[in-house]
Amino acid sequence: MSIKDQEREEVTIRFAGDSGDGMQLTGLLFTNTTALLGNDLRTLPEFPAEIRAPAGTVPGVSSFQLHFGSKEIMTPGDDCDVLVAMNSAALKANLALLRKGGVIIVNTAGFDKKNLNLAKYDENPLENNSLADYTVFEVDVTKFTKESLKGMDLSYKDEERSKNMFVLGLLYWMYNRPLDSTIDFLEGKFAKKPTIAEANIKVLKAGYHFGETAEVFTSRFTIKEAALEPGTYRSTVGNDATVLGLVAAARQSNLPLFLGSYPITPASDVLHGLSKYKHFGITTFQAEDEIAAVSSAIGAAFGGSLGVTSSSGPGVVLKGEAIGLAVMLELPLVVLNIQRAGPSTGMPTKIEQSDLMQAVYGRNGESPVAIVAPRSPADCFDMAFEACRISLEHMIPVMYLSDGYLANGSEPWKYPQTSDLKKIDVRFEQPRNGEDEPFLPYLRDDRHVRTWAIPGTAGIEHRVGGLEKEDGTGNISYEAENHQKMVKLRKAKRDKIADFIPLQDVDQGNEKGEIAILGWGSTYGAIRTAVFALRKEGHDVSHIHLRYISPFPRNLETLLNNFEHVIVPELNDGQLVRLIRDQYLIPARAINKIKGSPFGVEELKQEILRTIETETLA
Amino acid sequence: MALQTKIDEFLNGSGNGEIAEAAAYSAKDFSSDQDVRWCPGCGDYTILKQAQNVMPDLGLAKEDIVFISGIGCAARFPYYMDTFGMHSIHGRAPAIATGLKVSRPDLSVWIITGDGDSLSIGANHFVQLLRRNVNVNLMLFNNQIYGLTKGQYSPTAPEGTISKSTPFGSLDHPFNPLALSLGAEGAFVARAMDRDPKHLKQMMLRTHQHKGTSMLEIYQNCIVFNDGAFELFTDKKSRPRETIYLEQGEPLIFGADKDKGVRLDGLKPEVVELNGKYSEEDLWVHDETDSTKAHLLSRFFEHPARGSGLLFPRPFGVLYAVDRPCYDEMVTTQNQQAMEQLGEPDLDALLRGPETWEVK
Repeated sequence: MSIKDQEREEVTIRFAGDSGDGMQLTGLLFTNTTALLGNDLRTLPEFPAEIRAPAGTVPGVSSFQLHFGSKEIMTPGDDCDVLVAMNSAALKANLALLRKGGVIIVNTAGFDKKNLNLAKYDENPLENNSLADYTVFEVDVTKFTKESLKGMDLSYKDEERSKNMFVLGLLYWMYNRPLDSTIDFLEGKFAKKPTIAEANIKVLKAGYHFGETAEVFTSRFTIKEAALEPGTYRSTVGNDATVLGLVAAARQSNLPLFLGSYPITPASDVLHGLSKYKHFGITTFQAEDEIAAVSSAIGAAFGGSLGVTSSSGPGVVLKGEAIGLAVMLELPLVVLNIQRAGPSTGMPTKIEQSDLMQAVYGRNGESPVAIVAPRSPADCFDMAFEACRISLEHMIPVMYLSDGYLANGSEPWKYPQTSDLKKIDVRFEQPRNGEDEPFLPYLRDDRHVRTWAIPGTAGIEHRVGGLEKEDGTGNISYEAENHQKMVKLRKAKRDKIADFIPLQDVDQGNEKGEIAILGWGSTYGAIRTAVFALRKEGHDVSHIHLRYISPFPRNLETLLNNFEHVIVPELNDGQLVRLIRDQYLIPARAINKIKGSPFGVEELKQEILRTIETETLA
Repeated sequence: MALQTKIDEFLNGSGNGEIAEAAAYSAKDFSSDQDVRWCPGCGDYTILKQAQNVMPDLGLAKEDIVFISGIGCAARFPYYMDTFGMHSIHGRAPAIATGLKVSRPDLSVWIITGDGDSLSIGANHFVQLLRRNVNVNLMLFNNQIYGLTKGQYSPTAPEGTISKSTPFGSLDHPFNPLALSLGAEGAFVARAMDRDPKHLKQMMLRTHQHKGTSMLEIYQNCIVFNDGAFELFTDKKSRPRETIYLEQGEPLIFGADKDKGVRLDGLKPEVVELNGKYSEEDLWVHDETDSTKAHLLSRFFEHPARGSGLLFPRPFGVLYAVDRPCYDEMVTTQNQQAMEQLGEPDLDALLRGPETWEVK
């Protein structure tokens, strides 16, 4: 049988298996190889909140979706073209995400009686014709893996563990990918266990050769390089880029960085990541709780460090009072909120951008902070850096709103050089002696910013606290006029930041027109792709995407007023849309999805069309 | 980097916070320009005075001293000290102090707290601080009442306390702050009282000298809401009978005529009369490095007013003081080791990551 070589512009593959099957690693390795080949790509891992939900059951399924192509790829893909199902539960949980006519590669060993029962299948879907709409390749991955390891004297467990490599090898064959990057990785990872490395490589090659020789597969696919902007690229996931942004900001501000954190999904990788970089002058402190985490960061900031705390929504709630203290003390503080679905414990591993209102308003009193939000995994670097810059230069807490989609998703990143990075201007109060003017801790410059007066500096001993303070002296004051003045001053200081951030640009489309789609955060890729398609179909639609949310860029109001209709798609019940209506009195329309998953491009496109229809008829 | 230089100097022992002789301070130098606003007769006044008195003896530059407080009457304290200070939020001073001390080991950090601040809302941070043994000093003003919120019972109030929130008497069992501190792995645990300023000052000095979390509980009279809570210990008449002052290497003797002592029968302490059957040689000799004895001492905690039989006197002084590695020092060491191990940080290499590719 001859094998046809076909070219594809884009492909979406979903790897699904039991959470013990190593699907995340399989996906990541395929991603790395694909990135090295120069394809554009986006990924989306999905895993259960439980570490090991009962093996073989639907709640225990872990999956990884990769969308890659020779054209611009901005989302992990709506429906997938290929579904790898390592067991019955994986098929059950993911079949709905496969397009009609798509390819299913199943490990038949995962479709025995026991697995079918665990997945609650009454009959074997491989045998009852229920998959007639798809092309199914049945491969006994478990058997082939064991056979290829014959004579190696491995434990049952080690043999089981390497079966994901068979699937990876097979897909490398199907999509014409080289094995070397994965082999290098395996050799490095198992440097101390050469037998395990050898076994994994053997199975990987066996999978590849199976594709070639089994005469099951009739087609192989080639995906050419994408036309990315020239330069040197690496792959990154959002949480790693966040970590690097913080390290870079510490470097560019010439400050030690102190992270106070308490583990929480999906933010823990920021703590893990930073704790590796102690040689960059970074101290990480795993505190006893969320409150101690932020409080320790405030203590460090009082002492002159770049104080950072990382968490997710339920943790940020607990930090609220301390963030208010930092507002009052006018100290720099960076609060990273890697959002997840709420309220309460909510859905820890699911995606939502529903903590925007919390960031803006979630404290007692008038408590203005700055807010930034990255729009893609690589943008986490830039916005984490910006969060630090704004905080240090304006002596104000900054909330950074990432989410689980950005945190774990990956994309090619044209990473910067140190020489490309801005310097962060930190102003410490200088020592004084008796002849100098008395030190006033709350004197401000023309940006309403006070200087950073840290302990250890002679002659500027002073006290700060959470009680309202007199302008200038910082002494406690309950005086009526002073309180109003201070409330306004703290807000004016926050608003003044608008002069020190970029003006809002239009990502796609005209500066003036019929419809503006206004987004923020991780919906960038989906909106961008949907708007691209709509424009191609002739709709007058522009895409504006916010990365600076508080304060808004100075030109945002004018820009939005250039459009007849403003539509705000969000993964929440309407939060940015309310801020826009509130600030600009623009009758912005909302598109909301609150299902714990990102917008699909087609889904969003249809929603936009529906909204346009109602808008223009209205 | 000026800040890093300062920290480095401290770590190398070259700076060390020593002050030039010319800059020797008096107590007045530590008094800020703010009016002190505690109720007249409040025990806090003496504590403040002794703190200002002891500061010149520490041999530290003023700018290297930081007082951090939470919320409560005691928490106003930093405003009155002419050092660096932060009046923070309820219960969180230990966490703030931890972040400060870990990032600025060159500073002398003092936590001012009360029984509500430390043992109720901030109890978690209090025990975590002690277990980590961050090198800070903590002064816990215990008045067994909530003063600032005007008279509710506190977590150290005896059972049955009639207060605004417990008109029929409080039901919950109180904390024993010293036993709690020892249970939390505290390495320095001491007690003093506002009405014995000389001893109080001495205890503050010990608190400063000890490396690690130094926990000093201070019995402090709230004249408005809980006047006389510690009268048995502070009143000149009853004090000799009801208190015992611990001195390292000295036998446990008390009483107006020094005629009572505490001996150990195995691990069971008993109060004995020194009038024939027992003499000084039979008594328990105080050893502040003995954790078993410290635990026993912390349990001399019966409420004297309602006691029955032979009561133990309340111990004052240093119950326990041992050297245990400090968290902040270990952080510094680990960071330095990482630097030696991983070499000069290279941000460009970090940004580049493990694998790159070119797009032309």
